Amino acid sequence: MKIKKNTREIAEGDLTPMIDMTFQLIAFFMVLINFTQAEQDQRIKLPLSELAKPPEAPLENAVTLQIFIDNKEKVAKGIDKEEITVVRFDGDDYNFVDLKKRLIVERQARSGPNDEADAENEITVIIRGDMDVQAGKVQELIKLCQDVKFEKFALRAKQEVKY
Amino acid sequence: MKIRKNEVHGREKIELQMTPMIDIVFQLLVFFIMTFKIVAMEGDFNIKMPQASAGQATTEVPPIPLVVKLNASDSGKLTSVLLNGRAMPGNSDLDFMRALQKKIIDLIDGKSGPGSLQEEGEIEIDAASHLKYHYVIQTITAVTGKVGEDGKIIKLIEKIKFSPGGEAG
Repeated sequence: MKIKKNTREIAEGDLTPMIDMTFQLIAFFMVLINFTQAEQDQRIKLPLSELAKPPEAPLENAVTLQIFIDNKEKVAKGIDKEEITVVRFDGDDYNFVDLKKRLIVERQARSGPNDEADAENEITVIIRGDMDVQAGKVQELIKLCQDVKFEKFALRAKQEVKY
Repeated sequence: MKIRKNEVHGREKIELQMTPMIDIVFQLLVFFIMTFKIVAMEGDFNIKMPQASAGQATTEVPPIPLVVKLNASDSGKLTSVLLNGRAMPGNSDLDFMRALQKKIIDLIDGKSGPGSLQEEGEIEIDAASHLKYHYVIQTITAVTGKVGEDGKIIKLIEKIKFSPGGEAG
C-alpha cells in the first residue's frame, strides 16, 4: 500500500501579522508615554479648569515654580496648626527669603551681564500651585518675582475633562 | 563526486529564529502598557503683571475697572464674590461663578474688537489672603472664557491682574 509521504505536516502559524500588530502597539505606547512627568511634582494637585488648554508651543524661556503646602497631611491630622508653604525650584525647596536670592541669581544667569532682557526673550514664570495653597501666598510669590523683575506669569491648571 | 545535499542549489535556506524576538517584543509591550498612564493635559493662564513703580504714571486705564473681590471663611472656603462691590447671588462657589460669568457676558454685550470691553477690560482680582488657590483659578476661568455648547471657547476678558497688597481679609 502506498502511504502518503506528508500525512503529518508541522503546523506553522504565520507570525508576521502578530508581530506587525505588536510593533504597532509598542509604537503607540512609546509615543504616548509622558516623559515630561519628570519635572512635575506628584505632591501638587493642580486646580482644575476647563479652559486650561495645553499651549501650542512649549514656553521656551521659562522658570517653573511649584508652590505647595509642605505639611499638608500634618495639618489635616491636626498635628501642625500652621501651614508651611514652600516653593520648589529646580529640584530644591525654598522659603520666600531664600527663593528671592536664588531667583536673582537665576535672572542674572539668564539675562546676561547688562540685565536687559529684551521683549522677545522675556522670561515667563510658570506657577504650579497646589489647589489648597493660600491665594495670599501665591500673590506673595508673584510679588517676589516682580521684585526680581519678572513680568510674565503663567498660572498652571489641569485640564478639566468633562465626559 | 559526492555533492552535499545543501549545496545542490548553491544556497542554504536561512530560517529566522522568531521566538527570542517575540519574547523581547512582548516584554517591551508589557513594559509600556504597565507604565502607561493617562495624564490630564495642563494649560496656562497668562498674566502680565509688570511692577508698578512709584514714578510711573498708569496711562492705560481700562474703560471700566472691574474688581472681583473674593471673600473667604477661616478655613479658606469661598464665602462671597463681589464684582465692583455688588455681591453675586448664590450659595455655593459654583453659583457665584455662574453669576459672575453671566454678569461679565452681560457687560461685554457681544461686542468685540478694538476698544471693546472684551479687548480693553481688565479684571483685578482681590482675593482674601487665606482663600484657597483653586477658587482663584475658578474665578479666572469664569471671567476669561466660557465653553460653548459646541465645545468652542468663547473669549471673555483675558487681562487679569491681582490687587496690589492682596492682604484683604
